Amino acid sequence: MLDSCLSISFLWHNFSVVPAKKNFFLNLKPISLHKISKRVMSYKRLFSLLVLTFAVFGASFFAVAQNEGAEKKEPATAEAKGGEENGKLDVAKVIFGHIADAHEWHLFTIKHEGGEPTHVSFPLPVIIYNSSKGLAVFSSSKVAEGASYEGYHIEKSLMKEHIISEDGSSFYDLSITKNVLSMLIGVAILLLVLLKAGKKYNTNGSMKAPSGFQNFLEVVVIFIRDEVAKPCLGNKYVRYMPLLLTIFFFVWINNLLGLLPGGANFTGNIAVTSCLALLSFIVILANSKKHFWSHLLNPPGVPGWMKPMLVLIEIVSLFIKPMALMIRLFANIMAGHIVILALICIVFIFAAINTFVGAGFVPVSLAFAIFMFFLELLVGAIQAFIFANLTAVFIGQAIEEPHDAHHEEEHETGIIL
Amino acid sequence: MSLLSIMLVASGSVAAAGGAVGAGIAALGAGVGIGQIGKGAVEAIARQPEAMGDIRANMILMAAFVEGVALFGVIVGLLAIVL
Repeated sequence: MLDSCLSISFLWHNFSVVPAKKNFFLNLKPISLHKISKRVMSYKRLFSLLVLTFAVFGASFFAVAQNEGAEKKEPATAEAKGGEENGKLDVAKVIFGHIADAHEWHLFTIKHEGGEPTHVSFPLPVIIYNSSKGLAVFSSSKVAEGASYEGYHIEKSLMKEHIISEDGSSFYDLSITKNVLSMLIGVAILLLVLLKAGKKYNTNGSMKAPSGFQNFLEVVVIFIRDEVAKPCLGNKYVRYMPLLLTIFFFVWINNLLGLLPGGANFTGNIAVTSCLALLSFIVILANSKKHFWSHLLNPPGVPGWMKPMLVLIEIVSLFIKPMALMIRLFANIMAGHIVILALICIVFIFAAINTFVGAGFVPVSLAFAIFMFFLELLVGAIQAFIFANLTAVFIGQAIEEPHDAHHEEEHETGIIL
Repeated sequence: MSLLSIMLVASGSVAAAGGAVGAGIAALGAGVGIGQIGKGAVEAIARQPEAMGDIRANMILMAAFVEGVALFGVIVGLLAIVL
């Protein structure tokens, strides 16, 4: 593996250095030719790199597959709760336990020598509506650790936990889970902060200098107005400002709450992001003008035989827009959580080899984790901004009015995935 | 045929290896993409230092897009392992 890496870097070196030098020494060509040759070279370079990568990975892949086949499946036996068995850590279980939704808010676990561990957690209300048995509301501590209560118990899998009805009847689980509580806390903070600032504008008027937290909010609101709404929506931006600001603040505050130690992974849950994306999709469709649909279903200036293909692509792209919105937010936040958790788990992986190695790895792991936390602060704000921005771009495409004669000018914003 | 049977036996591990390789290739693509964005931005700033603020904002936005596509790959790799 090492020598293949070396050979990649060597070849990469060859490819990158030699043509650049040639161009540098000749330096006689006119600028356009020079540019073209450079571009061709960069594609060639990229292609050769990809081919090399696939070749190397393909080779090592078969080697791995054969080794694994010889060893067979020896782990994947007893999986205890909390992700630990005989002091050995099941990293996947710990990580997914942190990012998954749960019916209780688990904080930490105290281990006793030779005894049962104590789980410190907040119980949350379980609300079940069963069409035959009616409404059932009870604390999740009643069904903790697999216990059964009123004919319900919780079954945990790696990714999520389900409430199971023991008589097999179907029901709706409307519980206030960890994610729901986290969302409610976020909404409460938003209401508190924004209503207070809004009241100040009502009493003081917009001409008086802002004070306190209003300063910060005003900067953000004006940023959304000037950088997101106005460029994308033109002079009709006022109508969509409440939506854009709500999306921005809601996603942002929940991203930040998710980063708190012990916080829930709210925006890294695909159900949440799909609802947000569905919301913006409904707004896009509800506000779309005739011009948008005529371009979508009957693209002008296109030869007739190409139209069916183009219409198909356009319709697919219509649905891909909210899908991309959904997956982008979900993947960014969840991947951030997984990376932070994995960096912290590295300590315990090394500690399983040797306690001193684990202790020695603590500063390295902490430094990386803190770096990731700062990166995630940035990503949380950027993703909220991108969600609002893309919603504005898509609404702008849908509400566009026809220009007088120049149909060509309209296609500035390409497909953004 | 023997290779096929070996792969069938070790299918769980193969899925894990495939997921890891997929995540690695996604990271490779994102690295190239973000590198290109950084190159473009630095060149643009060198030509027009007065437009630094706008260029930096656009650079971060584009980097976030590229990162998003790379994370699609990571998620698919994760699903290959988990599912």
